[in-house]
Amino acid sequence: MSDTKILSDAETPAEADRSWTGRTRRWVLKRLPPDKLLPNTQPSYVASWIYVFGMGAIASLLFIIVSGVVLSLNGPMWYHLSSVGHFVNSVHLWSVEFFFFFMVIHMWGKFWMAAWRGHRVLTWITGVVSFAVSIVAAFTGYLVQTNFDSEWIAFQAKDALNASGIGAWFNVANFGQMFMWHILLLPAAVLVIVAMHVVLVRVHGVVPPLDADDSDSQLAGVQPTPVQLIDQEVSHVSND
Amino acid sequence: MSRTIEDRPTVPPAAPSKGGPVAARRRALLAGRQWKGKEREYDLFKELTVGVIVVGVLVVGVAAIAGSPDEPTINLQSWGNASPFDFVATASTELGKTSSTATYGPPYSTTTDATQTLGPIDLQSLSGRRIPIDTAADFVTTPLRKLHSEIPALATWDAADSTQQAKWANSYADAIGKAPQGDPAKVKSGSYGPVPAMTAGLLAEAQRGALDGAIQGEGGIFNTDYTRTILFLGDGSYFPDLATAQHLTGDQWGMMNETGNFPGQSWLWLFSFWYQVPAIGGLANADLVVVGLMGLLTVLLALVPFIPGLRSLPRLIPLHKLIWRDYYRRR
Repeated sequence: MSDTKILSDAETPAEADRSWTGRTRRWVLKRLPPDKLLPNTQPSYVASWIYVFGMGAIASLLFIIVSGVVLSLNGPMWYHLSSVGHFVNSVHLWSVEFFFFFMVIHMWGKFWMAAWRGHRVLTWITGVVSFAVSIVAAFTGYLVQTNFDSEWIAFQAKDALNASGIGAWFNVANFGQMFMWHILLLPAAVLVIVAMHVVLVRVHGVVPPLDADDSDSQLAGVQPTPVQLIDQEVSHVSND
Repeated sequence: MSRTIEDRPTVPPAAPSKGGPVAARRRALLAGRQWKGKEREYDLFKELTVGVIVVGVLVVGVAAIAGSPDEPTINLQSWGNASPFDFVATASTELGKTSSTATYGPPYSTTTDATQTLGPIDLQSLSGRRIPIDTAADFVTTPLRKLHSEIPALATWDAADSTQQAKWANSYADAIGKAPQGDPAKVKSGSYGPVPAMTAGLLAEAQRGALDGAIQGEGGIFNTDYTRTILFLGDGSYFPDLATAQHLTGDQWGMMNETGNFPGQSWLWLFSFWYQVPAIGGLANADLVVVGLMGLLTVLLALVPFIPGLRSLPRLIPLHKLIWRDYYRRR
């Protein structure tokens, strides 16, 4: 028998929805409304070349995935045997190089901006974790090149992994195991963590400059409001 | 009417000289607030599209111009043909179980006191012998048997006890080491049992290309695990010498190098750096120390926002004024 609830006049269907789905939708929309998820404006202080590098890393990741998918479709030996395959492999390699180049500059930029301020700690942590997981993903990529370099890396890297007790389960000389890590597990991990990172950026917005007010009141030509002046006095007294 | 943090009027920050927890709390609150000042136009999808086009031109352009490395693999056949004396000497140590792999410890063997430890910490032993490698059987006798090679010598080998087998193999390995140019044909006569015949037979199988398949086939036709082949190659000096020539070894910053003139994993520079420090790189447990250091540094990097001093560096070294130079110029 269906249990139909009669809504009062004051309740809208969305507010009255106590289902898990309804609660989740409200929770998501409260923290990440559409204008925050897909913004068409940014605070005026978001004006620096440093902001380009995060987007550059994401664009590079896109090329890594697309070229990786093409390589996957054709198998690990394809690029040795075909000029087109070799070119796609080159695109994959250089996407990775640019990805790390952009990511490292992005991370240093965020460090000097102290971008963890204002409840953005998790954004910083997911950024560091995505960097660390990307390093492992790239490492497995070098292991599955099926060339001399991958042979040598497998031989040499085993010592650090065995010494730390990981090598018995993450065997770098086991091509099949490394191949699966590289084309499935680690890309999935990178995508999930990067997605979390981007969503957190959208939720919390771009960190403001250090010691900045939450408005233009400190900028030349902008007069503080009477309320701001009073609050400023109060804040100075409390610091004294 | 009560007001939430978001509703409160804007609070100018304390003057720079006003430090302390109150000022820090005010700064944290302000940094977390919704921006109420001027905004500028921003088109997320347009920026993404432009980014993809610019990065695409860069990636495709460099890929077309520079290409990518593809140094051919080596295998047991190429080793046997290029450096037969090294191959035979290595095969002797595999039979005598004195090679690097045979004495490695977990996860390949049960050799005691072979693991890297840090005080009481012995992570390497946790796995036990999870990837068992019997160098004499896996690298020499099983392939010979599978290839029907040196059957009489194998029969002699099988009839001897392990002490005698080790004595033959180690005597032969020593003799090769003392022979001119390490040439097995020039070793002094001695009591080597069937070892010279077995290693010569193994070399012949390697040179004709049968040994690679025989060892790899130990894992079945679909075997994608190259542990045995790679460990066997690494026990010799031919493979490491090739890597040294390409600047790929650990003491050559090899972790971040690539064959030829291509960039490698340059992001591993710090990992590689520790091996260049004699006080660390020369340790018997260098790998464990370096992994531990890098793990610790990675955790510290992730937790920078909580670490006093580190988290204040951006305030003390004001590079942010370059990043937001337009904003600070208008202050």
